[in-house]
Amino acid sequence: MSSSVYVAGVGVITAIGNNVAENLASFEREQAGMAEITLINTKLHGIVPVAEVKMTNEELAALTSFSSQQSRTTLLSLIAAKEALNNAQIENLSNLRTGFVSANTVGGMDKSEDFFVEFTKDNSKGKLRNVFDHECGSMTEAVADQLGLTDYMTTISTACSSSANAISYGARLIKNDILDVVVAGGTDSLTKFTLNGFNTLMILDKEFCKPFDENREGLNLGEGAGYVVLVSDKVAKALNKKMYCELSGYNNSNDAYHQTASSPEGTGCYLAMSRALDKSGLVPGDIDYINLHGTGTPNNDSAEGTAIMRLFGENYPDMSSTKSFTGHTLGASGGIEAVFSALAIKHGLIYPNLRFKTPMHELPFVPAKHFLKDQPVKHVMSNSFGFGGNCTSLIFSAI
Amino acid sequence: MNIYIRSSATISAQKTFGDVPFLTDPVEYEGMRLKTIEPDYKNYIDPKLMRRMSHVIKMGVATAQECLNQASVDMPGAIITGTAFGCMEDTVTFLTRIVELDEEMLPPTAFIQSTHNTVAAQIALMLKCHQYNNTFVHKGISFESALLDGIMLLKEGEADNILVGGTEEMVDVSFTVLTRLGLYKRWPLSNLDLFKTQSKGTIGGEGAAFFLLTDKPSADNLAELVAIKTFYRPKDDQDIQLNINKFLVANSLKAEDIDLVITGKNGDTKNDAVYDVLSDSLFANATLANYKHLCGEYPTSVSFALWIASNIIKKGVVPAIVADGEMKNQSLKKILIYNHYQNIYHSLMLVTAC
Repeated sequence: MSSSVYVAGVGVITAIGNNVAENLASFEREQAGMAEITLINTKLHGIVPVAEVKMTNEELAALTSFSSQQSRTTLLSLIAAKEALNNAQIENLSNLRTGFVSANTVGGMDKSEDFFVEFTKDNSKGKLRNVFDHECGSMTEAVADQLGLTDYMTTISTACSSSANAISYGARLIKNDILDVVVAGGTDSLTKFTLNGFNTLMILDKEFCKPFDENREGLNLGEGAGYVVLVSDKVAKALNKKMYCELSGYNNSNDAYHQTASSPEGTGCYLAMSRALDKSGLVPGDIDYINLHGTGTPNNDSAEGTAIMRLFGENYPDMSSTKSFTGHTLGASGGIEAVFSALAIKHGLIYPNLRFKTPMHELPFVPAKHFLKDQPVKHVMSNSFGFGGNCTSLIFSAI
Repeated sequence: MNIYIRSSATISAQKTFGDVPFLTDPVEYEGMRLKTIEPDYKNYIDPKLMRRMSHVIKMGVATAQECLNQASVDMPGAIITGTAFGCMEDTVTFLTRIVELDEEMLPPTAFIQSTHNTVAAQIALMLKCHQYNNTFVHKGISFESALLDGIMLLKEGEADNILVGGTEEMVDVSFTVLTRLGLYKRWPLSNLDLFKTQSKGTIGGEGAAFFLLTDKPSADNLAELVAIKTFYRPKDDQDIQLNINKFLVANSLKAEDIDLVITGKNGDTKNDAVYDVLSDSLFANATLANYKHLCGEYPTSVSFALWIASNIIKKGVVPAIVADGEMKNQSLKKILIYNHYQNIYHSLMLVTAC
């Protein structure tokens, strides 16, 4: 029950790269992934920038065993999960109890949108294959089948904290001795549904987003997938390689304030961060880097910043929002940022918070402005907050 | 550690909500789809908030509140829900408007409330509950995943009084699409005759069921939830029997120790084949019961079966409408629920007297 859970492998695909190496290279170049919309036929084209993965469905499918008719969300998921699993190099996988815990927010919506065009005109029309995989669980099932991770699988959907919750649930399946190895994280592709949804809430920045800047005006939507391979103590010992880090703390708390807005004092964020610290047995001063939720909306960054101010007092660690590179990838963000957190520990990295100019008037700290290497990064906190008040913090620690 | 079901509540197509007799007066429907019987939501939800709530949100929030009321608990230690389809009403509204209005003049409320975690979030909001809050969305084992999460939280000592629920709403669009996918019967029939004729397809359903889990023994607890297990795409009937046997052995039981087996029979010939095999083999000596003629088929319907099982144990009676064939024993202390969803996701739950 009390055994530790380690990160043995990582995999990621975002607007700044199709794998771990490409993502790291973009960070070092300080190059963001946002651009004009190219892959979705929408009226928002030319109005809001997005952070698309720079490949068509056909190109993504060519990297996998799937057809390009699959939901883009499934294609992204398989690419990142496979990279993570290969990276973990677990040889005797079939002798172990393995699972896949994935997250997403709108399932096969990219396909359902196509279906609905015909279906809305005539209920007997619309290609059924486009709606068959509407459920969020379909993405997880297809990828688990491909990877042979079928001893246990499930899907979590708690809006923008979805994949952070998938990671802590995966870790708990190991701690409760139900599984030995869990690939955990999340995936989401851009859809007309989410683009228009966030647009109606008037929280999309028409320029590239400016997280934690006084003059921030909203978020940029992104897409991608990110997974970590979590292993038990026993598996970690048997693997002849160094683990990235340990998942030392996690907490899921609820803001219980409003369906979409965060409380001004960031109650949920504060509870998630402080309870995750308690779980890990660490104090705020131990944290070397915070990967912020940092969406760039006035409300989120103010609530998150206020909670950080309350928790960390006077000594602030380095922090940044990597959403300034990848956009907000919704259900994938917790998984993607967990990968970035593990890499920060492994390589001693601090990621910059791009386009930061003006400190927020209510906060006594500013985010990191430049990419730094060879830093002493032992403990990383990764925040993910979502609609419905769902707040989750994860803490990764060097071994 | 023992896990107990402290209280439960369900809104279904039957008279099951609030202080009512235990399925003594089954409601008969003619058609291919069962809709839930709506309680007076005003008793549970602020009318100002209710106006904007979709059916699944109202069902979920009211059922959760009633479950807490049954146990006289104000604040749960965690809120966990399972739903395969999530908030379909709001999703369909928003999607339809995108198409019909060509992305103009879209209603933000439909988008806001379309996220799968809306039910769990609205319960937290109503109760001002800052504790653990999670939502599982994995097809036919969404509720089972939520239940496992709740069990693990208790075992970890992280929380007590864990509210776990399964919710699913069936909107017209879902029914139309799922009919086109071949899930349902092609002609209307009485739900109470569902098992009388062998044919393709089942009847659609919806519902909400919530449970309050605790590790504290009490005479007021309904039942003990001894174990839960899911398995995926078994090779054949033999593989299924093997999985059930393993589950029983892991809980130090033999098939003949089980007093009652509640199965997921849904009237579809192919779906029900395995239950028929089992009733002649592994469960030849057990009393059998069914439930989907009462609530219809939906991905979280097993939560309704768990509600039935906990009440059978507490009340010591099997309602005539769920019994399948003769009562083979008088004892009602050990109940096994075996359900599968489209022969892909299979689940087992063992519920016993406390």
